[in-house]
Amino acid sequence: MNKEPICWDTLKKDKEERLAAAEPLTEQGGKFIPAKNTKKLLEAVIRPSDRVNLEGNNQKQADFLAEKLCQVNKSKIHDLHMVQSSMTLDSHLKLFRKGIARKADFSFSGPQAGAIADMIMGNEIELGDIHTYLELFGRYFIDLMPRVSLIAAYEADRNGNLYTGFNTEDTPTIVEATHFKQGIVVAQVNKISDELPRVDIPGEWVDFIVEAPRPFYVEPLFTRDPALITDCQILRAMMAIKGIYAEYGVQTLNHGIGFDTAAIELLLPTYGEELGLKGKICTSFALNPHPTLIPAIEEGWVKNIHCFGGEVGMEEYIRARSDVFFVGHDGSLRSNRAFSQMAGHYACDMFVGGTLQIDPYGNSSTATAKRVSGFGGAPNMGCDARGRRHCSDAWLKCGEGSPTTTAATGGMPRGRKLVVQLQETFREKMAPGFVEELDAWKLKENAGLAIPPVMIYGDDVTHIVTEEGIAYLDACGSLKERTAAIRAVAGYTKVGLAADPAQTKQLRSRGIVRTPEDLGIDVSRANRELLAAKNVRDLVEWSDGLYHPPAKFRNW
Amino acid sequence: MALTELAFTFQGQLGNTIADDWSHTGVVGSGDLEVLMEKKEQEGHFTVRAVTPVRGYDEVWEKVLAKFAAESGIGDVSMEINDNNGTPFVVSLRLRQAWKKAKGGAER
Repeated sequence: MNKEPICWDTLKKDKEERLAAAEPLTEQGGKFIPAKNTKKLLEAVIRPSDRVNLEGNNQKQADFLAEKLCQVNKSKIHDLHMVQSSMTLDSHLKLFRKGIARKADFSFSGPQAGAIADMIMGNEIELGDIHTYLELFGRYFIDLMPRVSLIAAYEADRNGNLYTGFNTEDTPTIVEATHFKQGIVVAQVNKISDELPRVDIPGEWVDFIVEAPRPFYVEPLFTRDPALITDCQILRAMMAIKGIYAEYGVQTLNHGIGFDTAAIELLLPTYGEELGLKGKICTSFALNPHPTLIPAIEEGWVKNIHCFGGEVGMEEYIRARSDVFFVGHDGSLRSNRAFSQMAGHYACDMFVGGTLQIDPYGNSSTATAKRVSGFGGAPNMGCDARGRRHCSDAWLKCGEGSPTTTAATGGMPRGRKLVVQLQETFREKMAPGFVEELDAWKLKENAGLAIPPVMIYGDDVTHIVTEEGIAYLDACGSLKERTAAIRAVAGYTKVGLAADPAQTKQLRSRGIVRTPEDLGIDVSRANRELLAAKNVRDLVEWSDGLYHPPAKFRNW
Repeated sequence: MALTELAFTFQGQLGNTIADDWSHTGVVGSGDLEVLMEKKEQEGHFTVRAVTPVRGYDEVWEKVLAKFAAESGIGDVSMEINDNNGTPFVVSLRLRQAWKKAKGGAER
């Protein structure tokens, strides 16, 4: 049979061509590129319509390479398909405004949420999909393999090995997906050294290295100033600790970003101690190094933390607490977003977070009608891990008490993850935390999305905590009952005012809704005196001066 | 900013009033409020005058105050509230804190 000869290594040949085109730009034919040649390097290794990853997440950013990519000649490079964790920098959007990039698949947009919505509506960005971190990482290996990845590291040695240290974050995942699919990896580094503290990425996986004229940008996103914690947040924290953490004996967990969880962290050494919970709850976390966790670590509550990323100012503290964190032989933190997301999904019994809006079915969203903010990692943690098979007391207890979980499998015993939403009934300017219909529906229409962007679905949420009480949704036997329990804790919002007082009373008698009084909590005690640290300076003192807050948090 | 003044009267328990002649709790910070209470023989009535920049929530004010009045049984008190955008829960929290403090007397 005559067979048309097939070439089975087009990717390899294509890569060789691109490497050859870049060779004249290197220092003596090696991997090192003078910063002034960066734009030319990108023009040599990137082709029109390539899938390109610009490393950046809610923490570190390959910002120098992003700016250089904005400067390429668009008659040479255009219609790029950007696949990246975050679209948070001005330069990320400039690529689209200039016509260098056309399509985007991403996870998180934070500060650019409004601008991205406008650009989608104005056809400046062709939206692929909005993902959680883990699913985007998954797609890097299946149908969104980056052809070229532009990454960030602290240091490179002469062999091209990289030190990403404290902020390793997404780098190993991106490099793995790119290099082993014959893609090209370009790294910006803060400096080139003779010897690295440790090797995080082997040099043979990295094709080009540019010493950037200034260090890469890192956002201190997870620092919460205790001075801004309100009495309401403290009350919800007290309720969560007594009514959920203690009730289920939760040892392994993830805390979302926000002041409510910061309040919980700062109440462990005070209110938690008073309830005798040390050693019984909160011993292991999948968590960024939150400065507000310092008092609980110092008091011996927390035994283990695996981190998604670093947090500015926590470097020296972590180095001095190596039993608690994951550190290299050099003593500095090794974070890894993919592994921490995996740990948060499969190895944690509970997720605790906050949101903007919750509907009467328990669906929640941080989307507003004109902002495409993305998902980040929360949905990976804020869902039942359906593939989980190992048991723990908290997981089993939540499953046993959940009629819908066991009914769905004919009574087969099964555990369930606790997914907890801490929600203020009204935020500032009287914006209601409970609404009959999520703004996500309007955003779906405005931005032409396939479905409304829901952060956590109603059937995954097990508990909602408001100032009015805790709704134990895990114990609800039907959607109707769940809605009644949600209305019962929704306070003076329209959703709450529609509650039927007789039904609320009945839910309280069955323990499906519990008010602070039902929980034995004296509401008048909910004030800032309960916080183990009342401001950033207190955190520095708790850390023995090892925590070095960024300038914007130094207000003394 | 234009302020709205609201007035309410509830029937409370005769003589279930504060320990001293008057009491003051809280500060008019952003999102917060101050609560002033004066002992006043008015046949068990609990009267409230609330000054707030928030418009369109008169009904919610009434519900929050009615709930507090019913739970506490407060009577023979004239209350003045100066609010700076406190949420309904902050209002009810401050009311409970103010009542607890004033009921027990200033020395507590």
